Amino acid sequence: MNHPYLKFEQIGMSFRRGQMETEVLRDVNLRIDQGEFVSMIGHSGCGKSTLLNILGGLLKSTSGEVFLEGKVVDEPGPDRAIVFQNHSLLPWLTVYGNIAIAVDKVFGSRKNKAERHDWVMHNLELVQMAQAKDKRPHEVSGGMKQRVGIARALAMQPKVLLMDEPFGALDALTRAHLQDSVMEIHAKLGNTVLMITHDVDEAVLLSDRVVMMTNGPAATIGDILAIDLPRPRRRLELATDPEYAHCRAAVLEFLYARHRVPARAAA
Amino acid sequence: MQVAKAATSIAVAVPVPGTTAEIVAFRPPMRPALEGITDAARHAVAVVLPPLIVISITLFVWQLLCSEPGARLPPPTKVVSDAWDFIVHPFYDNGGIDKGAFWQISKSLGRVGIGFSLAAVVGIALGVLVGQSTWAMRGLDPIFQVLRTVPPLAWLPLSLAGFRHSDPSALFVIFITSIWPIIINTSVGVRNIPQDYRNVAAVIRLSWWEVFWKITLPATVPYIFTGLRIGVGLSWLAIVAAEMLIGGVGIGFFIWDAWNSSRISDIIVALVYIGIVGFLLDKLIATVGHFVSHGVSAQ
Repeated sequence: MNHPYLKFEQIGMSFRRGQMETEVLRDVNLRIDQGEFVSMIGHSGCGKSTLLNILGGLLKSTSGEVFLEGKVVDEPGPDRAIVFQNHSLLPWLTVYGNIAIAVDKVFGSRKNKAERHDWVMHNLELVQMAQAKDKRPHEVSGGMKQRVGIARALAMQPKVLLMDEPFGALDALTRAHLQDSVMEIHAKLGNTVLMITHDVDEAVLLSDRVVMMTNGPAATIGDILAIDLPRPRRRLELATDPEYAHCRAAVLEFLYARHRVPARAAA
Repeated sequence: MQVAKAATSIAVAVPVPGTTAEIVAFRPPMRPALEGITDAARHAVAVVLPPLIVISITLFVWQLLCSEPGARLPPPTKVVSDAWDFIVHPFYDNGGIDKGAFWQISKSLGRVGIGFSLAAVVGIALGVLVGQSTWAMRGLDPIFQVLRTVPPLAWLPLSLAGFRHSDPSALFVIFITSIWPIIINTSVGVRNIPQDYRNVAAVIRLSWWEVFWKITLPATVPYIFTGLRIGVGLSWLAIVAAEMLIGGVGIGFFIWDAWNSSRISDIIVALVYIGIVGFLLDKLIATVGHFVSHGVSAQ
């Protein structure tokens, strides 16, 4: 019974463009337990997003397999809902409609109309967007759009929630606000989460483990850091916490001393 | 002791006798209602005045140029007096093709309505097909690009040969003239659907039909309406040209008929009507497009 919930096994990925073949990922192995919050950090171009898209089923790995609850992942599906970096809301639908389109499709056969409506509203309330349900995406702020993107993903009740730099496009204050929301939701629902980020503080604050990627080409997992901080975590208290500072330093050390940006390392 | 003394002297100084605060009321902004009206009026004048001035100058110059005894075209005053009956009685119907402007135009508009609707339905369907398949794109695009440059009237002989009747031929000419921009714009729109939307559709596992109905069509609406706008303009061009050849009731043949009986003033009035109707058709499609694609075009 030693099956991990989610398992990457020997994932390799190459892209071919004409005669040029670039190897993006090589021998990526990772096990994630149910309810774990794992973030993945690395310099641009290290294949983090590629790995997430393989798990999401949007890309097919060249070699290796991803297993979710023992089953091979080979196509996209609502059990691996994705929060996209640029929110990817459909602009012609309202906030409500953007979530309803997913809920209607995923739960169309299991819930009746009233139940689906309640479920949409429940998820909007979870991200505090119920009051803006009739607005269209262009009428709400960037942070609100991403809240809706998160609600849409959560509404699918995914086995694992994938977040591709979910807060990358937001300003620092909004980002902090949303990070707190995500922590609250994770505490409440206990989702399994795989998040990609560029932000060291974000990785350490939110995660149970931080997966650090080496630089591409042929990137792989360089190191995994367990963040042993008690939850709930509060950013103000953590600012002076020695363990937090230690974790933060470890990630920074990995990124900037051991695996510098390729261009700089060559110089 | 020194300190205490200072404190008392301050305490004495605090109450300020004999000053009462004067309340200065801000005056409300100057008569906002009236200001709003003058603003609106100023705006209206700014919009309406330039075209009015240009039109008056044009009419004036035209009047000057054509007032000489040997002028070949009538001046505006003569146009109005010659075509007065045609202008003030748009609804007369003397049987045959001798009908008022309203009947002529509505007959032409009816033909455009049928031909253009067919072109819209077929054009959007073909455009979606071409946009979704790289193979269809490569195979069909060169053909479209060549055929779209064929002028409307060049299709007419072929159309008459095929249909043997003037009415379906006219409809076909409208159809074939206006379909190309609809196909091309729709296919460009389908190809430009952001990958994000496709990813969303893939994650929630929409079926092919659901993707078409819930993603492809709404995401393409602004492009479709650009195509429809160009198409409706072209179809109005085509109907007038086609009617000149096929005869019967219609604003196109009306012009031809007027030419044959040297009613130059009627021709000029008809030209103005055609221009206005074409302008209104364009605005109609633009307005419908604006309402249908509100969310998307606001992006």
